[in-house]
Amino acid sequence: MEKRATFSSTRIGLLFALPMLVLIFVFFYWPSGQALYWAFTLEQPWGGGNTWVGLQNFRQLLSDPYYWGAISRSMVFGLGSTGIAMGVALLLALFTDREMRGHKAYRSIFIWPYAIAAPALGLAFRFILAPEAGFLSLINQIWPGLWNPALDGTDAMIAVIIAFSWKYIGYNFIFFLSALQSIPRSLIEAAAMDGSGPMRRMWDIQLPLLTPTLFFLLVINITESFQDSFGIVDIMTQGGPARATELMVYKIYFDGFKGLDYSGAAAQSIILMGLVVLLTIVQFRFIERRVHYK
Amino acid sequence: MVERTPIFNAVCQIVLLIGLLTVLFPFVIVIVAATHDIRAVNTVPMSLVPGSDLLTNLHEAWVRADLGRKLINSFVFAGTVAAGKVLLSSMAAFAIVYFRFPGRMLMFWVIFVTLMLPLEVRIVPTYAVAANALAPFQAILDITGISWLIHAISGLQVKLEWGLLNSYPGLILPLVATATGTFLYRQFYLTVPDELAEAAKMDGSGPVRFFVDILFPLSKPNMIALFTIMFVWSWNQYLWPLLITTDPNFGIAVTQLKHLIPSEFGLPDWNVAMAGTLIIMAPPLIVVIVMQRWFVRGLISTEK
Repeated sequence: MEKRATFSSTRIGLLFALPMLVLIFVFFYWPSGQALYWAFTLEQPWGGGNTWVGLQNFRQLLSDPYYWGAISRSMVFGLGSTGIAMGVALLLALFTDREMRGHKAYRSIFIWPYAIAAPALGLAFRFILAPEAGFLSLINQIWPGLWNPALDGTDAMIAVIIAFSWKYIGYNFIFFLSALQSIPRSLIEAAAMDGSGPMRRMWDIQLPLLTPTLFFLLVINITESFQDSFGIVDIMTQGGPARATELMVYKIYFDGFKGLDYSGAAAQSIILMGLVVLLTIVQFRFIERRVHYK
Repeated sequence: MVERTPIFNAVCQIVLLIGLLTVLFPFVIVIVAATHDIRAVNTVPMSLVPGSDLLTNLHEAWVRADLGRKLINSFVFAGTVAAGKVLLSSMAAFAIVYFRFPGRMLMFWVIFVTLMLPLEVRIVPTYAVAANALAPFQAILDITGISWLIHAISGLQVKLEWGLLNSYPGLILPLVATATGTFLYRQFYLTVPDELAEAAKMDGSGPVRFFVDILFPLSKPNMIALFTIMFVWSWNQYLWPLLITTDPNFGIAVTQLKHLIPSEFGLPDWNVAMAGTLIIMAPPLIVVIVMQRWFVRGLISTEK
């Protein structure tokens, strides 16, 4: 879409965009380039600049079982939490959209979780899920030792997935509900007139019309699970026990800032960047083909 | 709804009620736990009847996490990031939509690409840049030979340096440098009728005047929406502030949560931890509750 009436002064136009461009250059393009440079070089132990090592950093990384562990854990975390958060949010949005009694209250309260900082809810869930004091400790009184996220890796993973999904129920709910509300009422009424019940209408009309939103949220949720998970993991488990919750971003942080291995961390960043860009491109291709039902 | 389906309606209500409990449960626990004393908070199961120690716990958390200072920092930080985003993205979008100059589409894509890679993903090199924000320019001067030239002519060594670690600009600038708001503004400008710009031009107004006197007032709803989501988003930032502020004077509230984790030894004082959590999570929650319409609107139109 283009404007009919525009201004012709190139100088003023550039001046308007300049602050943004400078910031983006310094804090986005330069660091991304730097990451590329580091990924293909290795810092000398006694200073004296970086030497070119080609793909060595990547080869090292890809032969490192811990790195593959971090990738597969990120996938488990991403898919698990996305599945829960989207499923629950979709159900709640579909039912809230029926505008029964109290739907206004539901509409606002279901958004609240998204307002909470990841580390804050991490701390809250650490308490709620604590094996000795919180609420799941009840289980331990009945079957001692059944639940202990501080010692058992699977329990720890379940705990961070629960915490993350809880927050993103709020996020997904916002998008699902707004998409549902943009479906013309006449479609639903016509279907009802033809004798289809509410379940049938959800399945055959609302869900198909929601596919673009579903797909959009799928990609966003997975990307967010890479980044927003850091606060939760750092507060709840710190990657433990025994690396059971060490996700990709947490490993980058740990290797780069605790282990001071910039080259290794940069190579990991590049791989993660590639993954995120790939997801975004897939999303765009898909959306271009399928979105516009209007 | 269209027809009477009492059984299905009852099922819906039950599911919604369970959802409501799931969403509210953590809030209730945090609030109730913050009112207990250390013994009550550690009984299994914890009593859901509030205790009477709320103020003591809040005070203890306030002191332990130095929240007075940290909350002010958080407000400054989140407020400036949000304001900076609004200002810079409204300007950049103006340049993209209202001007015709060579390279305009390139500029559009250059800004657009930043949406793809969130800060967390490129955290290591961004941190290195923050140590000296002028390093990119220094490198350009070095590579192009300009610094050598200056050195040869005037004998001056060019050394650009501006460290951003432990400073407000260091906390704020990298978080402003993404395109989120630019697209919200672009979409909005595209809906502004062409007649306005034509009329303004006919009356002899230049681009700056048009931007300040016409677009700016028109975009107020947009501004509020963007400000709201950006405030909440930056208040909740964790990894970047954690890295960039080692000096406690510049720390923000959210990173203080780490100091509130109860120690592994002795009886864990979850009551204080939950009181601190309550204080730290309250401001964005209040913003979302009060500004709900704007928050939802901003979120939906920036992400699409």
